[in-house]
Amino acid sequence: MSKPLKQIHLAAHFPGVNNTTVWSDPKAGSHIEFSSFVHFAKTAERAKFDFLFLAEGLRLREQGGKIYDLDVVGRPDTFTVLTALAAVTERLGLTGTINSTFNEPYEVARQFASLDHLSDGRSAWNVVTSWDAFTGENFRRGGFLPQDERYSRAKEFLSTAHELFDSWRGDEVVADQATGTFLSDAKAGAFVHEGQHFDIHGRFNVPRSPQGRPVIFQAGDSEEGREFAASSADAIFSRYATLDTGQAFYTDVKSRLAKYGRRPDQLLILPAASFVLGDTDAEAEETAHEVRRRQVSGATALKHLEWVWNRDLSSYDPDGPLPDIDPLPGEHTVSRGRAQVRMYRDPLATAREWRELAAANNWSIRDLVIETGNRQNFIGSPATVARTINEYVQADASDGFILVPHITPGGLDDFADKVVPLLQEQGVFRTDYEGTTLRDHLGLAHPDTVGEERAAS
Amino acid sequence: MSSTHPAHLHLAVALDGTGWHPASWREPVARPRDLFTAGHWTDLVQEAERGLIDFVTIEDGLGPQSSHFLDPDDRTDQVRGRLDAVLIASRVAPLTRHIGLVPTVIATHTEPFHISKAIATLDYVSTGRAGLRVQISARPHEAAHFGRRTIARIEAYDSPDAPAVLRDLFDEAADHVEVVRRLWDSWEDDAEIRDAATGRFIDRDKLHYIDFEGPHFSVKGPSITPRPPQGQPLVTALAHDTVPYRLVARAADIGYITPHDTDRARAILAEIRAEQETAGRAGETLHVFGDLVVFLDDDPAEAAARKDRLDALAGEPYTSDARIFTGTPAQLADLLQEFQSAGLTGFRLRPAVAGHDLPAITRGLVPELQRRGAFRRAYEADTLRGLLGLPRPANRYAAA
Repeated sequence: MSKPLKQIHLAAHFPGVNNTTVWSDPKAGSHIEFSSFVHFAKTAERAKFDFLFLAEGLRLREQGGKIYDLDVVGRPDTFTVLTALAAVTERLGLTGTINSTFNEPYEVARQFASLDHLSDGRSAWNVVTSWDAFTGENFRRGGFLPQDERYSRAKEFLSTAHELFDSWRGDEVVADQATGTFLSDAKAGAFVHEGQHFDIHGRFNVPRSPQGRPVIFQAGDSEEGREFAASSADAIFSRYATLDTGQAFYTDVKSRLAKYGRRPDQLLILPAASFVLGDTDAEAEETAHEVRRRQVSGATALKHLEWVWNRDLSSYDPDGPLPDIDPLPGEHTVSRGRAQVRMYRDPLATAREWRELAAANNWSIRDLVIETGNRQNFIGSPATVARTINEYVQADASDGFILVPHITPGGLDDFADKVVPLLQEQGVFRTDYEGTTLRDHLGLAHPDTVGEERAAS
Repeated sequence: MSSTHPAHLHLAVALDGTGWHPASWREPVARPRDLFTAGHWTDLVQEAERGLIDFVTIEDGLGPQSSHFLDPDDRTDQVRGRLDAVLIASRVAPLTRHIGLVPTVIATHTEPFHISKAIATLDYVSTGRAGLRVQISARPHEAAHFGRRTIARIEAYDSPDAPAVLRDLFDEAADHVEVVRRLWDSWEDDAEIRDAATGRFIDRDKLHYIDFEGPHFSVKGPSITPRPPQGQPLVTALAHDTVPYRLVARAADIGYITPHDTDRARAILAEIRAEQETAGRAGETLHVFGDLVVFLDDDPAEAAARKDRLDALAGEPYTSDARIFTGTPAQLADLLQEFQSAGLTGFRLRPAVAGHDLPAITRGLVPELQRRGAFRRAYEADTLRGLLGLPRPANRYAAA
C-alpha cells in the first residue's frame, strides 16, 4: 500500500452510429444539430472531463446491398464541428478521429494545427486506417491500398505530419512592427519528405501551434496496431474495459514502451466504456437490461446474426430459434463498412457455440444477440459506479475511460452530476482544470521538452 | 423567403490576414501577433456583423503567401502563414448570429467529399449561414505539397501556355462543385424518420448515390452528413476571364468580378449572363459582385496618404486585380451606386487594413448607404440565402 493513488482520466464519446445509441428513447435528441454537440461538450466540461471524442466513418454502412437503416445514420465533419465547439468551451480537449488513408498529410496537418491554434492547445488526433475499396469509392484515390500496407501508410502519414508540425520551431513569428520583420526565418516551414507513401516538399503554412503537435491517439488492436501505439501514440482508445481484459491489455502495451525509449506514463490506456446509473444497484440492473433490449430490436438481432452467418437471414423470425443452416464460408459479403464483422474469425465455430447457448437457455435469436452482446461496463448506483471505476484504474485495468452514453445529448448529465463528485471526494479526479491544454490535462509533456526529458533520463 | 429590397445593394467583406495591403500588419491597429488566434478573427467578423454586412469571405491557400505570381518567395517582411479558412469560419460561427461565413476552399488538391461535409457542417454550426468560395491552385510548388501530380508552370495568366493548364484546373473545379452540390442533396430533408414501429432511423429511399464520374475523381456518395439547413449553402467564385466566368455562370450563386469602370462591368456582366443562359440557368438568381480594395478615411487626402505610407513601408506601390479605391465613405457610396446602376448587385470590399478599413465600412460606408436607402437597417432573414434573396432550393433527387 505504498503506491500513490492514480488520478483518473475521463472523456466523453459523442454517441455513435451503431446500435448502442438508443435513438428511440423519448429523451433522444438530434444527432446532427449543433445544439446537441454544445449540450454534450458543456456537460463534459462542467464535469472537468479531459476531452470530448468523435469517431468517424467515411461511407454509410450497407448490409445486403442496401444502406443500413436501423441505427443512427449521419454525422458532421469532424474538424468543423470540433472547431466550433472550441468557441463554446474553454478547457475541454477536442479529439477527432481522422483517417490516414483517404487524406493527405499537408491538409490534415494544416487542419490539426489550425484546430490547435483556434482552441488554444486542446486538439487531439485519433489516427485510424482503412483500406477498403468500398470507402475508397468516395475519394480521389479509390480503393488503392492493400490491407497489409495500411499501417505502413499510417505510420508514414503520422511521421510526415510530425515533420510538418515541426517545420516551424515556434519562435519565427516576431511581427515587429517597428523594424518590419514579420518572420525571423525566411525558411520557416520548409520540409522535404521522401518515402514509400509520400514524396512531398515545400513550405508548411501554419506556424507552430500551442501544443506543438496534437495529442496522438491510436485505436487499432492488432499486433501492428499495438506496436504503432507503443512507438508513436500518446494514448490508446481501446475496447478492453473489463477488469481482466483491461489488465492484460494494459500490461501488454505498457511493456512495449521500453524498447522505444518511453516510460509507461507516456502512453495512456483509455478504453471505451458504457454505463447505466440508477438510484440503487438493483434499479440500475433493471434499467440496463431494458436498455439492452432497446438496443437490439428483432430487426437488429437478425442483422447482427448476418454478420456471422454471411447470409441474408431476413426470412427468419427473430423471436424464433437460430438458423439450422451454417454460415457461408469465405469472404464476408453481406455487411460493408463495419469493422466489427472482422471480430468473427471462425464463423462456423461461433455459430455452433451460439446454437448450443440458445438451446441450453431456450433463447430466441433476439435473446441470443442481447445476451451475448456487450453488457454495459458500469452498472449501478453512483456510489457503485464511482467505486468500480476507481478500482479498475487503481488496479491498472486502464488510466481512465472514454464514456459512451446511449442517449444523445443528455446521456452524460447524470454521470456528471452524480458520479464525478464522488470521484472528486475520493481525491482521484480533478475538481478543476489545472492547466489550459489537453497535454496538461493528460499529464503529457510538450513535444519540445520530450527530447530533453529523454536525454536527461 | 426573399427579403431583399430592389434598391438595396449587398455588401461582403473579404478578410485576409491583417488586411489586403502587404504592409497592413505594420499599422498600429493591426495586432499582428494575434493573427493566429481565434480572437483576431472573432473581432473582425463581429465588427462586420455590427455593420449588417451580408457575409465575410476568408482567404486561404495550400502554401505560404507570396509576392510572386505563381512561385514562392523568401520574404520575411510580410505576413506568412495562415490558418485553415473553413475552421476559422467554424470557430466564429457560434459567436455570431446573422452574418454569412464564406471560407475559401481550394478545389485543385482537396477531396470534394470532405469539402462537402465540411461546408454542410459549417451550415449546421452557423444554423444556415455557410457558403464557400471555390478557388484553383495553378502553383507547381503547391502541387508538390501533395505529391500526387505535377502542374505545368505557366508564366502568367495571359501567356500562351496558360489556357490549356487553366482550363483543366477550372474544369476540375466545376466537377468539384458539382460533386459538393450533389452530396448536399444526397439526403432528402425528411430522410430521418425515427420510425419506432419498423425500427428504422432513416428512410433509405431518401438517401441517394450521386455516382459522379469524371477525369479527376469519381464519387459514389451519399454524404455522411445530412442535407444542411440551407439545402444548398452558397457557392461563390472570383473570376477574371472567360473560363472562370463560365464556372460562375454554371455553378455559382455569386461571382466576384474586378471591373475598373462601369463599361467593363457591363461587358463582363453581358458575358456572364450569356453563359448563364447557355447553362440553362436564366431564371435563377446569380449575383455578380464587384471586388474593390478600399482605403477609407473621412478626409480623402488622408486615405491617399495612408496608402502612400503603406506603399513606402512595403517598398513598392500596391497593385491589385481589383480597382483600388482611396477616399471617403460618401465617395465610395457614390462609386458603388454607379456600379450598381451598371448591373452589379453587390460588392466584396477588401479592406486594405482590416483594423482600420473594416470599421470605416461598418461605421462610415454603411450608415451613408442607409441614409441613401441603399442598404438594410436590420438583418431581415435567418439564413445567408435569405439575406441574398435566394430561395431554399428543392432537392434534385426528391421525387416531384
